[in-house]
Amino acid sequence: MSQPLLQVNDLKKHFPIKAGFLGGTTGYVYAVDGVSFDIAKGETLSLVGESGCGKSTVGKALLRLFPLTAGQVVLGGDRIDDMPNGTLRPLRRKMQVVFQDPFSSLNPRMRVRDILAEPIRNFGLAKDAADLEKRLEGLMDKVRLPRDAINRWPHEFSGGQRQRIGIARALAGEPDLIICDEAVSALDVSVKAQIVNLLQDLQTELGLAMLFISHDLAIVEHMTHRVAVMYLGKIVEVAPKRSLFGAPKHPYTEALLSAVPVPMPGAARERIILKGDVPSPINPPKGCRFHTRCPYAFDRCRTEEPQLRPVADALEGGHIAACHLHDRPAGENPLSGAKGAQLLAVGSA
Amino acid sequence: MALLEVENLQTHFRTPDGINRAVDGVNFHVNAGETVAIVGESGCGKSVTAMSILRLIPEPPGKIAGAIRFNGKNLLDASDKEMRAIRGNEISMIFQEPMTSLNPVLTVGRQIGETLRLHQGLSAQAAEDRAVEMLKLVGIPEPQRRVKEYPHQLSGGMRQRVMIAIALACNPKLLIADEPTTALDVTIQAQILELMRDLKHRVGAAIVLITHDLGVVAEVAERVIVMYAGRKVEEAAVGPLFRNPRHPYTQGLLGSMPKLGSSLTGEETRLAEIPGLVPSLKKKIPGCVFASRCPKVTDLCTQYAPALEEKAPGHVAACHYALREEVVAA
Repeated sequence: MSQPLLQVNDLKKHFPIKAGFLGGTTGYVYAVDGVSFDIAKGETLSLVGESGCGKSTVGKALLRLFPLTAGQVVLGGDRIDDMPNGTLRPLRRKMQVVFQDPFSSLNPRMRVRDILAEPIRNFGLAKDAADLEKRLEGLMDKVRLPRDAINRWPHEFSGGQRQRIGIARALAGEPDLIICDEAVSALDVSVKAQIVNLLQDLQTELGLAMLFISHDLAIVEHMTHRVAVMYLGKIVEVAPKRSLFGAPKHPYTEALLSAVPVPMPGAARERIILKGDVPSPINPPKGCRFHTRCPYAFDRCRTEEPQLRPVADALEGGHIAACHLHDRPAGENPLSGAKGAQLLAVGSA
Repeated sequence: MALLEVENLQTHFRTPDGINRAVDGVNFHVNAGETVAIVGESGCGKSVTAMSILRLIPEPPGKIAGAIRFNGKNLLDASDKEMRAIRGNEISMIFQEPMTSLNPVLTVGRQIGETLRLHQGLSAQAAEDRAVEMLKLVGIPEPQRRVKEYPHQLSGGMRQRVMIAIALACNPKLLIADEPTTALDVTIQAQILELMRDLKHRVGAAIVLITHDLGVVAEVAERVIVMYAGRKVEEAAVGPLFRNPRHPYTQGLLGSMPKLGSSLTGEETRLAEIPGLVPSLKKKIPGCVFASRCPKVTDLCTQYAPALEEKAPGHVAACHYALREEVVAA
């Protein structure tokens, strides 16, 4: 197999908690605590999980928006986690981001033209003024905005149009990888569909790889090739999408799937309602981090942390999960078999 | 007689560049003990409708016209004093943002007790005892301890439970829930929806649920009102609405949602888009409000506004071309 575009190995980001008069560190928020994954060229990997699970921190850490605590990040063969900022700058072009809030992520004092031209100038991509103009027009066409809108200000656009500008800005540097951090979450249903379709078209057109960070499982299933599920700073399951949605192999994934409301009144589905809240990442539970809310937890879960390992009875290859239940015989493993359809009420009217 | 009857509700706002017709002639009713959902995208007027029922719209710049009859009494004629006696007592409301709608400097016990002391004249001690009961009812562990805590000590899901406890403290006949689970994570949302379903059976209040999430609607509502650009465009029982939507906007909304489980059934298709944007509410729209985005639009639509017609028993839609039952059956 060829080298993946992005390789992340044991990424950690701990935020110190400062307190007291002298501002001494009294503890750490273990926001991301050992996360590994890779993304192939042209592939979409989705990172899903609830708020506070560390999925956005992973995105920001990959972009080196703050220094990492530990771990390696390899982008297109270059190790970027410990690269000095000056050396990193030209490589930043390869990895661009689209943020959640289309209202705060565009500078209100810059015209669309300047917003889009900035990355092109920064990375010295345009040969001359005419080339810059051509690139700008190309970007507007790519995101299906009228070319004459380029001289307008961000406030003149609706949320969906602004998100298109945000996408155009990300494309301006001709990246290999786009990190979409909840890029469609703030949009209305009908506009969301427009942006989702646009992202998919762009991916096929330009062969982009995407890290799609989202909590919306229906959109994720629609968009992605593979899914990584995060809980409290750790990845608990990674699988190709059909395998994950058809036969989830981690109790947390199972509960997540069953919790999403489906637009089918009276659908007969199996429902797992988790008790309580996500524990604090300042003091994560010992053993398996999910054991405090897991309906199947047993003694081993409270003491020994499960590792991500391939699952034997997955629907497709490349399905890994971190759960002790898979060491039990199939008869005693509530996660054996393919329960996805019951959880999602697929096929019931 | 219905518990709540809203008749030709018009809530307009005066703005520097014209009148914003946020809600423009909406009719609906809610029966006792029934759950009615109002759905639509942002700016369709669903929240303004909810606020208008409780007269929480500042006047001016707002202006509410029409009639809102609760138990036969028109709330728009009620004095401020009468309204205060109704709010939080007979009609109560749950807001979207549990973070900002609780008072950060009062204990949750005080905040639950406040409505009880005000409306039911309980003593401080009796109100606190009742607050503990309410916290237990909404499933908060260790209610005796939690009742003395402040909102910042609670998680988002627990705060929303406290909001529900406040709303239910006086046994209201009508509960208006404005996006009650939008700010919450899915597993917490599932807990809160489960709680609302369970409480509805026990308390028997009618619920008006305002949401943009059609999944939530399908799970809890009995009847659905679809709003677009300040008007009601379709209304039906939840089953027929999802199985057989009549209005092109409802059809578009349902089509633009990706279906969970699509990778299993193999029906992975491109999402249907509704092209364009919601029209400005500051201009009077002569024809159908959805005409500018509708795939089936004709000259008739841009000139004449379609009336809300009964297309099937209990299923109304405002569209010239929506099929009627006879035609569908043929």
